[in-house]
Amino acid sequence: MDNFLFLTRIDYTLIVVSLGAALLGTVSGALGTYAVLRRQSLLGDAISHAALPGIAIAFLLTGSKTPLILVLGAAIAGWLGALAIISIVRLTRIKHDSALALVLSTFFGFGLVLYSLIQRSGNANQAGLDTFIFGQAATILKRDVITIGILGGIALIIMLILWKELKLLIFDEGFAASLGFPTRLLDILLTSLLVIAIVLGLQAVGAVLMSAMLVAPAVAARQWTNKLNLMVFLAAVFGAFAGVSGTIISSSTTGLPTGPMIILCATLFVGLSIVFAPNRGLIWDTIRQRKNRRSLKIAMGRLMEEPQQESE
Amino acid sequence: MQALDSKAIEVTDLTVAYQETPVLWDIDLDVPPGVLLAIVGPNGAGKTTLIKAILGLVRPAAGNVLIYNKPYETQRRIVGYVPQRGSVDWDFPTNVLDVVMMGRYGALGWIKRPGSRDRELAMHALEKVGMENYTTRQISQLSGGQQQRVFLARALVQDATIYLMDEPFQGVDATTERAIISLLQELRENGKTVVVVHHDLQTVTDYFDWVTLLNIRRIASGPVKDTFTSENLRETYGGRIAFMKNR
Repeated sequence: MDNFLFLTRIDYTLIVVSLGAALLGTVSGALGTYAVLRRQSLLGDAISHAALPGIAIAFLLTGSKTPLILVLGAAIAGWLGALAIISIVRLTRIKHDSALALVLSTFFGFGLVLYSLIQRSGNANQAGLDTFIFGQAATILKRDVITIGILGGIALIIMLILWKELKLLIFDEGFAASLGFPTRLLDILLTSLLVIAIVLGLQAVGAVLMSAMLVAPAVAARQWTNKLNLMVFLAAVFGAFAGVSGTIISSSTTGLPTGPMIILCATLFVGLSIVFAPNRGLIWDTIRQRKNRRSLKIAMGRLMEEPQQESE
Repeated sequence: MQALDSKAIEVTDLTVAYQETPVLWDIDLDVPPGVLLAIVGPNGAGKTTLIKAILGLVRPAAGNVLIYNKPYETQRRIVGYVPQRGSVDWDFPTNVLDVVMMGRYGALGWIKRPGSRDRELAMHALEKVGMENYTTRQISQLSGGQQQRVFLARALVQDATIYLMDEPFQGVDATTERAIISLLQELRENGKTVVVVHHDLQTVTDYFDWVTLLNIRRIASGPVKDTFTSENLRETYGGRIAFMKNR
């Protein structure tokens, strides 16, 4: 017991940070599944970059670094970015990928300008704001964990409640609309859930790498299962594992940034899954192909032995 | 013929445009109840768009669509839809039974999950299309014909009065095509109205009793024997239809 207490005292920070990273991995992994299945993997990237000026503006307006306020600023900006992409595609002849690139770089550039303005203003309180660009999980405090837990929990609950509707939206939007489901509204809702997952992860992982946190766990999970519910669950687990392992690795060595370590762990899961997963994995695929080729050879051999009959 | 005073589908002055190009121009179309109707026309004639406009999936620039004299929004429950097979990602992580149960989502409404009754209905629909042994099959492992049957089963569980189908014969083998057409004819025998976007002019006379010839404008619409004439076909397809005459 003494031993245990000793441990918790020593590694209190590590436990808080790990918990935060795990929650964040769970939320972004689960919701990222929808982005991946909708082939909107890069939307997350645009949203996370677009969120940056929101943080700067929230700070400029309030002078506070309270996580909830900054998250709110990030969410509004990220959401506007996503909305801008959707509107550009709908109203102009610009294609989705161009709209994405346009919004991403414009918002991110604007965010960087605001950051340097804030830095030059000499406001003593601004230190640490730039963690949102590359992320710094070590700065996660207990209150951040609570914010991530509550907001992420709400997002996951909404996802579970509207499970059937979201599944139908992603699989067959036209059919969903023909049944009377308001697909545009559901689309905006799903995007909003992604925005929540993304802005919660900005502090730990950073705007630049956050999209990987959405995509990687889902891509890894897809390799192992053919069921949507299992895929969402596995992606959440992979996300949580990546969060924890990345945090522990970076804390054990000084100078290793947490966000990138988390992403590297998630990418490792992807690599392992692509190679080793049954059915969809590369190894499995090679074995199956070899087997097929062999049975084809045997069948061909049999055919050749028989007298030629067919002529067209 | 049918009693023509009541109309299953009534389209008036329908115009749909993408950007500035009209895809459908001033379409008038009456579909009497209980017919098996083929919509035929060349590529880009607006066949899919017409179906989508009837379903309210595309916003028309002008015009009006009525289902049994009421707007579509109030008549959703009695309309079943089979989209083009290629319009969805068949690598989506789900199985056959699950896709078919999606046809029940409209009746279920918000949030409520499908239950054992919905499962029963889905199983019954799968039996109708001869796919009852594939319930747990991953949809990525289906052939084109099987995918089409799954989509048909999904529409069947909607238990609709009117069915709108976008190229249900596209890319299916001969066996599946025969199975599908006898299913559609059975629907008609049961008093349903079935509207099918169709590509193969050779089979129109065999399969359907009503036909609409479309090429952005409605060229002709009516019973096959009066409407499916080489004159109307030439007007629909231009000179490209010459080969048809000798068959």
